[in-house]
Amino acid sequence: MTREEIIEKGQVVYKKPTLLNDTPMHYCPGCSHGVVHKLVSEVIEEMGMTDKTIAISPVGCAVFAYKYIDVDWQEAAHGRAPALASATKRLWPDRLVFTYQGDGDLACIGTAETIHALNRAENITIIFINNAIYGMTGGQMAPTTLLGMKTATCPYGREVSLHGYPLKITEIAATLDGTCYVTRQAVHTVAAINRAKKAIRKAFEYSMQGKGSNLVEIVSTCNSGWKMSPEKANKWMEENMFEFYHLGDLKDTGAVK
Amino acid sequence: MADQEITLMKGNEAIAHAAIRCGCDGYFGYPITPQSEVLETLAEQKPWETTGMVVLQAESEVSSINMVYGGACTGKKVMTSSSSPGVSLMQEGISYMAGAELPALIVNVMRGGPGLGTIQPSQSDYFQACKGGGHGDYHLIVLAPASVQEMADFVDLAFTLAFRYRNPAMILADGAIGQMMEKVVLPPFKPRRTEEEIIKECPWATTGRIGGRKPNIITSLELRSEEMEVINLRIQAKYREIEAKEVRYEEFMLDDAEYAIVAFGSAARIAKKSIEIARSQGIKVGLLRPITLWPFPTEEVKALAGRVKGILSLEINAGQMVEDIRLAVEGKVPVRHFGRLGGIIPDPDEVVEVLKSSF
Repeated sequence: MTREEIIEKGQVVYKKPTLLNDTPMHYCPGCSHGVVHKLVSEVIEEMGMTDKTIAISPVGCAVFAYKYIDVDWQEAAHGRAPALASATKRLWPDRLVFTYQGDGDLACIGTAETIHALNRAENITIIFINNAIYGMTGGQMAPTTLLGMKTATCPYGREVSLHGYPLKITEIAATLDGTCYVTRQAVHTVAAINRAKKAIRKAFEYSMQGKGSNLVEIVSTCNSGWKMSPEKANKWMEENMFEFYHLGDLKDTGAVK
Repeated sequence: MADQEITLMKGNEAIAHAAIRCGCDGYFGYPITPQSEVLETLAEQKPWETTGMVVLQAESEVSSINMVYGGACTGKKVMTSSSSPGVSLMQEGISYMAGAELPALIVNVMRGGPGLGTIQPSQSDYFQACKGGGHGDYHLIVLAPASVQEMADFVDLAFTLAFRYRNPAMILADGAIGQMMEKVVLPPFKPRRTEEEIIKECPWATTGRIGGRKPNIITSLELRSEEMEVINLRIQAKYREIEAKEVRYEEFMLDDAEYAIVAFGSAARIAKKSIEIARSQGIKVGLLRPITLWPFPTEEVKALAGRVKGILSLEINAGQMVEDIRLAVEGKVPVRHFGRLGGIIPDPDEVVEVLKSSF
């Protein structure tokens, strides 16, 4: 039976979203980015926003996100994606505008842009991949690196006396009057993937309804940077990352009114 | 004819009014002396209620320029303004826009540096404005206004050039031009382009895939060296075209001149007064005023070197444009520089004394 025959008989139970093109991804096997790219693509398609989406990619592993998801993309300078998104959304209010950023980009060099865009209640969504490490540059310490975690620039483990504490920027975002929906998700199981997709959908819908800014953190693995197999990385994330970065909604004011 | 009405205002205010009138879609800025009146005037004018122009006070100059970057990606007519220390903070974003070939307007109302420096006028950002400023091989189109009228007129001109060449343009003014009040005739109202017009005029812009077109991607990134060289060569070819077509300058009393002053902006106004004094003393001197600092009027300065006995570069800095003059003159005649620093403006009489002692 050929592929076409199977499709004709209506037997397709799953296929990748059309928006996710066939370009081979540069992400490492086991990385969470691929799953999140798929979820973002599915949500844009299901909302019928393919022709009206403007996305902003970061500097970091997702710098090439524009190669994989077939919407219009602007590639920002390191940390500045929320500034680009703010202007873009104000100039094109009926477009779906989101940024896709990692922890180094969003919670370190771009902290000011992140906090202020969120607190201005810009009608945008920030998709925040937190894998507690700088993946693209080779596994250096990130603002979200856990205490005791070893990276290329804290090879003996992160210590408070040397490096200070990991930053819970999503908790900070939840305290801002400008944010509407702030949530922390993961994509390590099918159930988690389903929840993450619902969260992205809700955030995108709120931003289109003009309800303020939205932040969807995805606690992620970086098995290459963490120097673990994909399977072990998922287990380590469950045992260590979730202890510090609790999953679930931190704020949802969109349902009211 | 309300449009042709003569009004009295500051250079900074003229920038704001001209932006509204020339169909600017968005202004993103951060307060800094001596240019804060641009943002203040826009806030007071509330153009979002009339033309629909977006005005946003950002959290920093870094954010301002990246808002401009985002807006420019979408084909909108967007701008920012700042003064020297703030423009230093913007250099990364300006480099990205030059690399991604985006049209935008940056206004620098210069103050004295280095560092926090002073809030008094200066022209010490000539190098930064004309030689790239940020990282990488690039140029801005740089216009130097010498009056409040030119502050008003150059906003539309800068946008026109920026969109013609898909390159950021800068108005390089100084604290004197920004703060002084003069009579000005504001440009006539021009409506903002509709979204349909923008999509048609800027098929490269990230406006959303309206009509199901292929995705547009705005980036300055290309990791393959062979490709990156091709991109750089294309950008350099564009710069050569701008150099060939867009040089602007003013000549003043050069016909019978034995000596020439080359000066821009505020310094050019001082030079005119100095020329008046010098000529009353029998010294035949004239002025070449570059209006575009980049592209620099290299050929005109070169021609000048064949006609005069000496050239004085009058700048309110320690000697920056003088390097471009010397490159053009190629040693044919003596080239001297005179400038005052730290926010001091040269006095016309001391310029005459410098002329007498220099040649």
